[in-house]
Amino acid sequence: MSKKIQTPFTREDARSLKAGDSCLITGVIYTARDAAHKRLCELVAQGKPLPMDMENAIIYFVGPTPPKPGQAIGSAGPTTAYRMDAYSPALIAIGQTGMIGKGKRSAEVIEAMKKHGAVYFGATGGCGALLSKCIKKAEIVAYEDLGAEAIRRLEVEDFPVTVIIDSEGRNLYETGRAEYLRSLE
Amino acid sequence: MRIIKAEQVTQSVRRLCIEANCHLTDDLKNCISACRSCEPFPVAQGILDQIIENYQIADENNVSVCQDTGMACVFVEMGQDVHVEGNLEEAIHEGVRQGYADGYLRKSVVRDPLDRVNTGDNTPAMIYYDIVPGDQLKITVAPKGFGSENMSQIKMLKPSDGLDGVKAFVVRVVEEAGPNPCPPIVVGVGVGGTFDKAALLAKKALLRPVDSRNDNPFYAALEDELLERINALGIGPQGFGGKTTALKVNILSCPTHIAGLPVAVNINCHVTRHQSEVI
Repeated sequence: MSKKIQTPFTREDARSLKAGDSCLITGVIYTARDAAHKRLCELVAQGKPLPMDMENAIIYFVGPTPPKPGQAIGSAGPTTAYRMDAYSPALIAIGQTGMIGKGKRSAEVIEAMKKHGAVYFGATGGCGALLSKCIKKAEIVAYEDLGAEAIRRLEVEDFPVTVIIDSEGRNLYETGRAEYLRSLE
Repeated sequence: MRIIKAEQVTQSVRRLCIEANCHLTDDLKNCISACRSCEPFPVAQGILDQIIENYQIADENNVSVCQDTGMACVFVEMGQDVHVEGNLEEAIHEGVRQGYADGYLRKSVVRDPLDRVNTGDNTPAMIYYDIVPGDQLKITVAPKGFGSENMSQIKMLKPSDGLDGVKAFVVRVVEEAGPNPCPPIVVGVGVGGTFDKAALLAKKALLRPVDSRNDNPFYAALEDELLERINALGIGPQGFGGKTTALKVNILSCPTHIAGLPVAVNINCHVTRHQSEVI
Protein backbone atom coordinates (compact mmCIF):
# COMPACT_ATOMS: atom_id res chain seq x y z
CA MET A 1 0.00 0.00 0.00
CA SER A 2 1.52 3.32 -1.07
CA LYS A 3 1.70 6.33 1.25
CA LYS A 4 0.41 9.59 -0.17
CA ILE A 5 2.74 12.56 0.09
CA GLN A 6 1.60 16.12 -0.52
CA THR A 7 4.20 18.86 -0.94
CA PRO A 8 5.51 20.91 0.82
CA PHE A 9 7.38 17.98 2.37
CA THR A 10 8.20 18.94 5.94
CA ARG A 11 10.92 17.54 8.21
CA GLU A 12 8.17 15.84 10.21
CA ASP A 13 6.89 14.21 7.00
CA ALA A 14 10.43 13.11 6.20
CA ARG A 15 10.96 11.61 9.65
CA SER A 16 7.73 9.61 9.38
CA LEU A 17 8.98 7.54 6.43
CA LYS A 18 11.01 4.34 6.51
CA ALA A 19 13.32 2.74 3.96
CA GLY A 20 11.26 0.47 1.72
CA ASP A 21 8.07 2.56 1.92
CA SER A 22 6.28 3.02 -1.41
CA CYS A 23 5.02 6.58 -1.80
CA LEU A 24 3.04 8.64 -4.31
CA ILE A 25 4.05 12.29 -4.43
CA THR A 26 1.57 15.01 -5.41
CA GLY A 27 2.38 18.71 -5.61
CA VAL A 28 5.40 20.74 -6.67
CA ILE A 29 8.94 19.40 -6.97
CA TYR A 30 12.03 20.88 -8.64
CA THR A 31 14.50 19.34 -11.06
CA ALA A 32 18.25 19.78 -10.78
CA ARG A 33 21.25 17.71 -11.75
CA ASP A 34 25.02 18.17 -11.92
CA ALA A 35 25.43 21.63 -13.45
CA ALA A 36 22.45 23.20 -11.64
CA HIS A 37 23.60 21.79 -8.29
CA LYS A 38 27.01 23.35 -8.82
CA ARG A 39 25.43 26.76 -9.40
CA LEU A 40 23.02 26.44 -6.47
CA CYS A 41 25.85 25.60 -4.10
CA GLU A 42 27.91 28.54 -5.36
CA LEU A 43 24.97 30.79 -4.43
CA VAL A 44 24.70 29.17 -1.00
CA ALA A 45 28.44 29.69 -0.44
CA GLN A 46 28.11 33.36 -1.39
CA GLY A 47 25.04 33.81 0.83
CA LYS A 48 22.91 34.79 -2.17
CA PRO A 49 19.21 33.89 -2.67
CA LEU A 50 18.37 30.74 -4.66
CA PRO A 51 16.01 30.71 -7.66
CA MET A 52 13.54 28.57 -5.71
CA ASP A 53 12.61 28.12 -2.06
CA MET A 54 14.59 25.23 -0.58
CA GLU A 55 12.51 25.06 2.61
CA ASN A 56 10.63 21.74 2.60
CA ALA A 57 11.57 21.18 -1.05
CA ILE A 58 11.97 17.92 -2.95
CA ILE A 59 14.56 17.93 -5.72
CA TYR A 60 14.31 15.41 -8.55
CA PHE A 61 17.64 14.53 -10.16
CA VAL A 62 16.52 14.46 -13.79
CA GLY A 63 17.35 15.90 -17.18
CA PRO A 64 14.26 15.27 -19.33
CA THR A 65 14.05 14.87 -23.08
CA PRO A 66 12.31 17.74 -24.91
CA PRO A 67 8.49 17.46 -24.91
CA LYS A 68 6.73 16.43 -28.08
CA PRO A 69 3.84 18.70 -29.08
CA GLY A 70 1.04 18.08 -26.57
CA GLN A 71 3.31 16.70 -23.87
CA ALA A 72 4.01 18.53 -20.58
CA ILE A 73 7.52 17.08 -20.53
CA GLY A 74 9.49 14.43 -22.39
CA SER A 75 10.81 11.21 -20.87
CA ALA A 76 11.86 12.01 -17.32
CA GLY A 77 13.41 9.23 -15.24
CA PRO A 78 15.99 9.66 -12.47
CA THR A 79 19.72 10.09 -13.00
CA THR A 80 22.41 8.50 -10.81
CA ALA A 81 22.49 10.39 -7.53
CA TYR A 82 26.08 9.99 -6.34
CA ARG A 83 27.14 12.77 -8.70
CA MET A 84 25.14 15.15 -6.49
CA ASP A 85 26.81 13.90 -3.28
CA ALA A 86 29.22 16.83 -3.23
CA TYR A 87 26.30 19.28 -3.21
CA SER A 88 23.35 17.71 -1.36
CA PRO A 89 24.56 18.26 2.24
CA ALA A 90 24.69 22.06 1.75
CA LEU A 91 21.15 22.10 0.33
CA ILE A 92 19.77 19.83 3.05
CA ALA A 93 21.30 22.19 5.61
CA ILE A 94 19.24 25.09 4.25
CA GLY A 95 15.92 23.26 4.18
CA GLN A 96 15.74 20.63 1.43
CA THR A 97 13.87 17.61 2.76
CA GLY A 98 13.62 15.23 -0.18
CA MET A 99 15.72 13.95 -3.08
CA ILE A 100 14.58 11.68 -5.89
CA GLY A 101 17.22 9.76 -7.81
CA LYS A 102 18.69 6.29 -8.11
CA GLY A 103 21.86 4.64 -6.89
CA LYS A 104 24.09 4.87 -3.83
CA ARG A 105 24.75 7.98 -1.69
CA SER A 106 27.82 8.97 0.32
CA ALA A 107 28.21 8.82 4.09
CA GLU A 108 28.27 12.64 4.16
CA VAL A 109 24.86 12.87 2.48
CA ILE A 110 23.37 10.28 4.84
CA GLU A 111 24.80 12.14 7.86
CA ALA A 112 23.17 15.38 6.66
CA MET A 113 19.87 13.53 6.14
CA LYS A 114 19.98 12.17 9.70
CA LYS A 115 21.02 15.48 11.22
CA HIS A 116 18.38 17.65 9.54
CA GLY A 117 15.64 15.14 8.69
CA ALA A 118 15.56 14.34 4.98
CA VAL A 119 14.69 11.38 2.76
CA TYR A 120 16.29 9.93 -0.36
CA PHE A 121 13.66 8.47 -2.67
CA GLY A 122 14.23 6.24 -5.66
CA ALA A 123 12.22 6.37 -8.86
CA THR A 124 12.64 3.50 -11.31
CA GLY A 125 15.67 4.19 -13.50
CA GLY A 126 15.17 3.73 -17.21
CA CYS A 127 11.41 4.27 -16.95
CA GLY A 128 11.29 7.85 -18.17
CA ALA A 129 8.35 7.35 -20.51
CA LEU A 130 6.24 5.89 -17.69
CA LEU A 131 7.23 8.47 -15.08
CA SER A 132 6.56 11.42 -17.40
CA LYS A 133 2.86 10.52 -17.31
CA CYS A 134 2.73 11.65 -13.66
CA ILE A 135 4.19 15.06 -14.49
CA LYS A 136 1.34 17.39 -15.37
CA LYS A 137 3.19 20.65 -15.85
CA ALA A 138 6.80 21.71 -16.28
CA GLU A 139 8.29 25.18 -16.47
CA ILE A 140 11.87 26.38 -16.39
CA VAL A 141 12.59 28.57 -13.36
CA ALA A 142 16.35 29.01 -13.74
CA TYR A 143 19.43 28.33 -15.86
CA GLU A 144 17.69 27.97 -19.21
CA ASP A 145 21.16 28.00 -20.81
CA LEU A 146 21.75 24.54 -19.35
CA GLY A 147 19.11 22.98 -21.62
CA ALA A 148 18.09 19.59 -20.21
CA GLU A 149 19.93 20.53 -17.01
CA ALA A 150 17.91 23.72 -16.37
CA ILE A 151 15.96 23.89 -13.10
CA ARG A 152 12.30 23.10 -13.75
CA ARG A 153 9.29 23.44 -11.49
CA LEU A 154 7.20 20.30 -11.92
CA GLU A 155 3.63 19.73 -10.90
CA VAL A 156 3.31 16.00 -10.23
CA GLU A 157 0.40 13.75 -9.44
CA ASP A 158 0.86 10.41 -7.71
CA PHE A 159 4.50 10.27 -8.77
CA PRO A 160 5.68 6.77 -7.71
CA VAL A 161 8.82 6.52 -5.55
CA THR A 162 10.32 4.20 -2.95
CA VAL A 163 12.20 5.36 0.14
CA ILE A 164 15.76 4.12 -0.39
CA ILE A 165 17.45 5.86 2.56
CA ASP A 166 15.37 7.24 5.42
CA SER A 167 16.12 9.97 7.97
CA GLU A 168 17.63 7.44 10.35
CA GLY A 169 20.03 6.12 7.75
CA ARG A 170 18.29 2.82 7.03
CA ASN A 171 19.15 1.78 3.48
CA LEU A 172 16.92 -0.32 1.20
CA TYR A 173 19.92 -1.26 -0.95
CA GLU A 174 21.31 -3.15 2.06
CA THR A 175 18.09 -4.47 3.58
CA GLY A 176 16.40 -5.41 0.28
CA ARG A 177 19.33 -7.47 -0.95
CA ALA A 178 19.72 -9.15 2.44
CA GLU A 179 16.01 -9.94 2.59
CA TYR A 180 16.06 -11.51 -0.88
CA LEU A 181 19.11 -13.64 -0.04
CA ARG A 182 17.48 -14.74 3.24
CA SER A 183 14.36 -15.74 1.33
CA LEU A 184 16.47 -18.29 -0.58
CA GLU A 185 17.65 -20.07 2.55
CA MET B 1 32.93 -0.04 -57.05
CA ARG B 2 29.49 0.85 -55.70
CA ILE B 3 28.74 4.49 -55.04
CA ILE B 4 26.67 5.53 -52.02
CA LYS B 5 25.80 9.14 -51.49
CA ALA B 6 26.65 10.71 -48.14
CA GLU B 7 23.05 11.94 -47.89
CA GLN B 8 21.85 8.30 -47.76
CA VAL B 9 24.10 7.75 -44.75
CA THR B 10 22.70 10.84 -43.04
CA GLN B 11 19.12 9.69 -43.53
CA SER B 12 19.93 6.21 -42.30
CA VAL B 13 21.67 7.48 -39.14
CA ARG B 14 18.81 9.91 -38.51
CA ARG B 15 16.23 7.10 -38.67
CA LEU B 16 18.32 4.73 -36.54
CA CYS B 17 18.84 7.32 -33.77
CA ILE B 18 15.08 7.77 -33.39
CA GLU B 19 14.21 4.09 -33.78
CA ALA B 20 16.83 2.90 -31.29
CA ASN B 21 15.81 5.41 -28.63
CA CYS B 22 12.05 4.83 -28.87
CA HIS B 23 11.81 1.09 -29.56
CA LEU B 24 13.71 -1.68 -27.83
CA THR B 25 14.51 -4.76 -29.89
CA ASP B 26 12.30 -7.85 -29.55
CA ASP B 27 15.07 -10.04 -28.16
CA LEU B 28 15.51 -7.64 -25.24
CA LYS B 29 11.78 -7.30 -24.58
CA ASN B 30 11.34 -11.08 -24.65
CA CYS B 31 14.26 -11.49 -22.26
CA ILE B 32 12.82 -8.97 -19.77
CA SER B 33 9.43 -10.73 -19.92
CA ALA B 34 11.05 -14.12 -19.38
CA CYS B 35 12.98 -12.78 -16.37
CA ARG B 36 9.75 -11.35 -14.95
CA SER B 37 8.22 -14.85 -15.13
CA CYS B 38 11.19 -16.36 -13.27
CA GLU B 39 11.57 -13.60 -10.65
CA PRO B 40 10.53 -14.90 -7.23
CA PHE B 41 10.93 -11.68 -5.19
CA PRO B 42 7.76 -9.53 -5.03
CA VAL B 43 9.53 -6.13 -4.95
CA ALA B 44 11.56 -7.14 -7.99
CA GLN B 45 8.42 -8.31 -9.79
CA GLY B 46 6.92 -4.86 -9.30
CA ILE B 47 9.97 -3.12 -10.76
CA LEU B 48 10.08 -5.46 -13.77
CA ASP B 49 6.37 -4.74 -14.37
CA GLN B 50 7.16 -1.00 -14.47
CA ILE B 51 10.00 -1.63 -16.90
CA ILE B 52 7.68 -3.59 -19.20
CA GLU B 53 4.95 -0.94 -18.98
CA ASN B 54 7.57 1.72 -19.73
CA TYR B 55 8.78 0.22 -23.01
CA GLN B 56 5.19 -0.42 -24.03
CA ILE B 57 4.37 3.29 -23.50
CA ALA B 58 7.45 4.24 -25.51
CA ASP B 59 6.42 1.89 -28.33
CA GLU B 60 2.85 3.19 -28.47
CA ASN B 61 3.70 6.89 -28.29
CA ASN B 62 7.01 6.89 -30.18
CA VAL B 63 8.78 8.54 -27.27
CA SER B 64 12.20 7.72 -25.91
CA VAL B 65 12.33 4.80 -23.49
CA CYS B 66 14.75 6.66 -21.21
CA GLN B 67 15.54 10.36 -20.80
CA ASP B 68 19.23 9.60 -21.18
CA THR B 69 19.22 9.16 -24.93
CA GLY B 70 22.93 8.68 -24.70
CA MET B 71 25.98 9.42 -26.75
CA ALA B 72 25.38 8.12 -30.24
CA CYS B 73 27.84 5.28 -30.78
CA VAL B 74 27.88 4.52 -34.49
CA PHE B 75 29.44 1.35 -35.88
CA VAL B 76 30.12 1.33 -39.60
CA GLU B 77 30.93 -1.86 -41.47
CA MET B 78 32.09 -0.57 -44.80
CA GLY B 79 32.42 -2.90 -47.73
CA GLN B 80 35.80 -2.37 -49.40
CA ASP B 81 34.04 -2.03 -52.76
CA VAL B 82 31.97 0.94 -51.59
CA HIS B 83 32.80 4.54 -52.36
CA VAL B 84 30.93 7.17 -50.37
CA GLU B 85 30.39 10.30 -52.40
CA GLY B 86 30.79 13.21 -50.02
CA ASN B 87 32.10 13.39 -46.46
CA LEU B 88 31.16 10.15 -44.67
CA GLU B 89 32.16 11.30 -41.21
CA GLU B 90 30.25 14.58 -41.48
CA ALA B 91 27.26 12.69 -42.94
CA ILE B 92 27.11 10.56 -39.79
CA HIS B 93 27.30 13.57 -37.47
CA GLU B 94 24.58 15.28 -39.51
CA GLY B 95 22.36 12.20 -39.14
CA VAL B 96 22.81 12.34 -35.36
CA ARG B 97 22.09 16.08 -35.39
CA GLN B 98 18.84 15.57 -37.32
CA GLY B 99 17.74 12.45 -35.45
CA TYR B 100 18.19 13.99 -32.01
CA ALA B 101 16.34 17.15 -33.06
CA ASP B 102 13.48 15.50 -34.97
CA GLY B 103 13.07 12.65 -32.45
CA TYR B 104 12.79 14.97 -29.41
CA LEU B 105 15.84 13.28 -27.94
CA ARG B 106 18.03 14.78 -25.23
CA LYS B 107 21.24 16.53 -26.20
CA SER B 108 23.71 15.14 -23.71
CA VAL B 109 27.14 15.88 -25.19
CA VAL B 110 29.60 18.52 -23.95
CA ARG B 111 32.31 19.86 -26.27
CA ASP B 112 35.13 19.34 -23.78
CA PRO B 113 35.28 17.08 -20.73
CA LEU B 114 36.57 19.93 -18.57
CA ASP B 115 34.87 23.10 -19.80
CA ARG B 116 31.58 21.17 -20.16
CA VAL B 117 29.68 23.36 -22.61
CA ASN B 118 26.82 21.44 -24.26
CA THR B 119 27.20 21.17 -28.04
CA GLY B 120 23.41 21.49 -28.32
CA ASP B 121 22.91 18.84 -31.00
CA ASN B 122 24.31 15.66 -29.40
CA THR B 123 27.28 15.62 -31.76
CA PRO B 124 29.90 14.44 -32.15
CA ALA B 125 28.95 10.79 -32.50
CA MET B 126 31.47 8.18 -31.38
CA ILE B 127 32.24 6.42 -34.66
CA TYR B 128 33.96 3.08 -35.22
CA TYR B 129 34.81 1.81 -38.70
CA ASP B 130 35.46 -1.73 -39.85
CA ILE B 131 36.47 -2.43 -43.42
CA VAL B 132 34.85 -5.67 -44.59
CA PRO B 133 34.56 -7.53 -47.91
CA GLY B 134 31.67 -6.63 -50.21
CA ASP B 135 29.87 -3.59 -51.58
CA GLN B 136 27.45 -2.80 -48.77
CA LEU B 137 27.50 -0.36 -45.91
CA LYS B 138 26.09 -1.54 -42.59
CA ILE B 139 25.36 1.13 -40.01
CA THR B 140 24.52 0.40 -36.38
CA VAL B 141 23.49 3.16 -33.99
CA ALA B 142 23.79 2.30 -30.30
CA PRO B 143 22.84 5.22 -28.04
CA LYS B 144 24.78 4.69 -24.81
CA GLY B 145 23.55 6.09 -21.52
CA PHE B 146 26.13 7.13 -18.97
CA GLY B 147 24.54 5.90 -15.76
CA SER B 148 25.76 2.48 -16.82
CA GLU B 149 28.80 3.67 -18.81
CA ASN B 150 30.17 5.25 -15.61
CA MET B 151 30.06 1.85 -13.88
CA SER B 152 32.22 0.14 -16.52
CA GLN B 153 35.81 -0.89 -15.76
CA ILE B 154 38.90 -2.28 -17.42
CA LYS B 155 41.73 -4.28 -15.84
CA MET B 156 45.02 -5.52 -17.21
CA LEU B 157 45.15 -8.93 -15.53
CA LYS B 158 48.25 -11.13 -15.49
CA PRO B 159 48.25 -14.33 -17.53
CA SER B 160 48.59 -16.21 -14.22
CA ASP B 161 45.26 -14.71 -13.07
CA GLY B 162 43.70 -16.92 -15.76
CA LEU B 163 40.07 -17.82 -16.14
CA ASP B 164 39.33 -17.47 -12.42
CA GLY B 165 40.75 -13.95 -12.47
CA VAL B 166 38.52 -13.00 -15.37
CA LYS B 167 35.42 -14.39 -13.68
CA ALA B 168 36.21 -12.69 -10.37
CA PHE B 169 36.79 -9.34 -12.07
CA VAL B 170 33.53 -9.40 -14.06
CA VAL B 171 31.47 -10.31 -11.00
CA ARG B 172 33.27 -7.69 -8.89
CA VAL B 173 32.54 -4.91 -11.40
CA VAL B 174 28.84 -5.77 -11.32
CA GLU B 175 28.79 -5.97 -7.52
CA GLU B 176 30.59 -2.64 -7.12
CA ALA B 177 28.14 -1.02 -9.55
CA GLY B 178 25.25 -2.29 -7.43
CA PRO B 179 22.11 -0.21 -8.00
CA ASN B 180 23.82 2.63 -9.92
CA PRO B 181 23.57 1.40 -13.55
CA CYS B 182 19.78 0.70 -13.36
CA PRO B 183 19.76 -3.08 -13.08
CA PRO B 184 18.74 -5.42 -14.59
CA ILE B 185 21.79 -4.87 -16.75
CA VAL B 186 23.35 -6.34 -19.86
CA VAL B 187 27.05 -7.06 -19.35
CA GLY B 188 29.45 -6.70 -22.27
CA VAL B 189 32.86 -8.29 -21.73
CA GLY B 190 35.94 -7.90 -23.92
CA VAL B 191 38.85 -10.28 -23.24
CA GLY B 192 42.24 -10.05 -24.91
CA GLY B 193 43.76 -7.73 -27.50
CA THR B 194 45.26 -4.52 -26.14
CA PHE B 195 44.00 -2.01 -23.55
CA ASP B 196 41.86 -0.17 -26.12
CA LYS B 197 40.82 -3.28 -28.07
CA ALA B 198 39.41 -4.96 -24.97
CA ALA B 199 37.26 -1.91 -24.26
CA LEU B 200 35.96 -1.79 -27.83
CA LEU B 201 35.18 -5.51 -27.75
CA ALA B 202 33.22 -5.02 -24.54
CA LYS B 203 31.16 -2.31 -26.20
CA LYS B 204 30.62 -4.40 -29.34
CA ALA B 205 29.54 -7.33 -27.16
CA LEU B 206 26.55 -5.21 -26.11
CA LEU B 207 25.39 -5.18 -29.74
CA ARG B 208 24.92 -8.94 -29.76
CA PRO B 209 21.26 -9.95 -29.28
CA VAL B 210 20.52 -11.09 -25.72
CA ASP B 211 19.04 -14.32 -27.06
CA SER B 212 22.21 -15.19 -28.99
CA ARG B 213 24.66 -17.96 -28.12
CA ASN B 214 28.38 -17.36 -28.37
CA ASP B 215 29.78 -19.19 -31.44
CA ASN B 216 32.57 -20.54 -29.27
CA PRO B 217 31.25 -23.24 -26.88
CA PHE B 218 33.84 -22.34 -24.24
CA TYR B 219 32.75 -18.71 -24.14
CA ALA B 220 29.06 -19.68 -24.40
CA ALA B 221 29.48 -21.72 -21.20
CA LEU B 222 31.41 -18.87 -19.57
CA GLU B 223 28.60 -16.43 -20.40
CA ASP B 224 26.09 -18.76 -18.75
CA GLU B 225 28.24 -19.26 -15.67
CA LEU B 226 28.87 -15.53 -15.21
CA LEU B 227 25.17 -14.75 -15.60
CA GLU B 228 24.37 -17.31 -12.94
CA ARG B 229 27.00 -15.94 -10.53
CA ILE B 230 25.85 -12.36 -11.10
CA ASN B 231 22.23 -13.28 -10.49
CA ALA B 232 23.23 -15.02 -7.25
CA LEU B 233 24.45 -11.65 -5.88
CA GLY B 234 20.90 -10.67 -4.96
CA ILE B 235 21.20 -7.03 -6.11
CA GLY B 236 18.02 -7.35 -8.16
CA PRO B 237 16.11 -4.85 -10.31
CA GLN B 238 17.05 -1.29 -9.26
CA GLY B 239 19.11 -2.77 -6.43
CA PHE B 240 16.08 -3.39 -4.24
CA GLY B 241 16.90 -7.12 -4.03
CA GLY B 242 15.95 -9.99 -6.29
CA LYS B 243 17.17 -12.54 -8.77
CA THR B 244 17.21 -10.42 -11.92
CA THR B 245 20.43 -8.42 -11.61
CA ALA B 246 21.58 -9.11 -15.19
CA LEU B 247 19.66 -10.11 -18.30
CA LYS B 248 22.64 -11.44 -20.25
CA VAL B 249 26.42 -11.60 -20.33
CA ASN B 250 27.96 -11.31 -23.79
CA ILE B 251 31.67 -11.93 -24.32
CA LEU B 252 33.92 -11.13 -27.26
CA SER B 253 37.51 -12.34 -27.26
CA CYS B 254 40.63 -11.60 -29.26
CA PRO B 255 44.25 -12.85 -29.42
CA THR B 256 46.57 -11.02 -27.03
CA HIS B 257 50.22 -10.63 -26.02
CA ILE B 258 52.17 -13.33 -24.16
CA ALA B 259 52.42 -11.00 -21.17
CA GLY B 260 48.82 -9.82 -21.04
CA LEU B 261 45.24 -10.64 -20.14
CA PRO B 262 43.18 -7.46 -20.63
CA VAL B 263 39.55 -7.64 -19.48
CA ALA B 264 37.02 -4.87 -20.03
CA VAL B 265 33.48 -4.84 -18.66
CA ASN B 266 31.05 -2.44 -20.31
CA ILE B 267 27.78 -2.28 -18.43
CA ASN B 268 24.49 -1.36 -20.06
CA CYS B 269 21.18 -0.86 -18.30
CA HIS B 270 17.96 -2.66 -19.20
CA VAL B 271 17.57 -0.05 -21.95
CA THR B 272 20.23 -1.66 -24.14
CA ARG B 273 19.60 0.07 -27.46
CA HIS B 274 20.86 -0.62 -30.94
CA GLN B 275 19.40 -0.59 -34.43
CA SER B 276 21.09 -1.44 -37.71
CA GLU B 277 20.51 -0.82 -41.38
CA VAL B 278 22.29 -2.08 -44.49
CA ILE B 279 22.63 0.32 -47.39
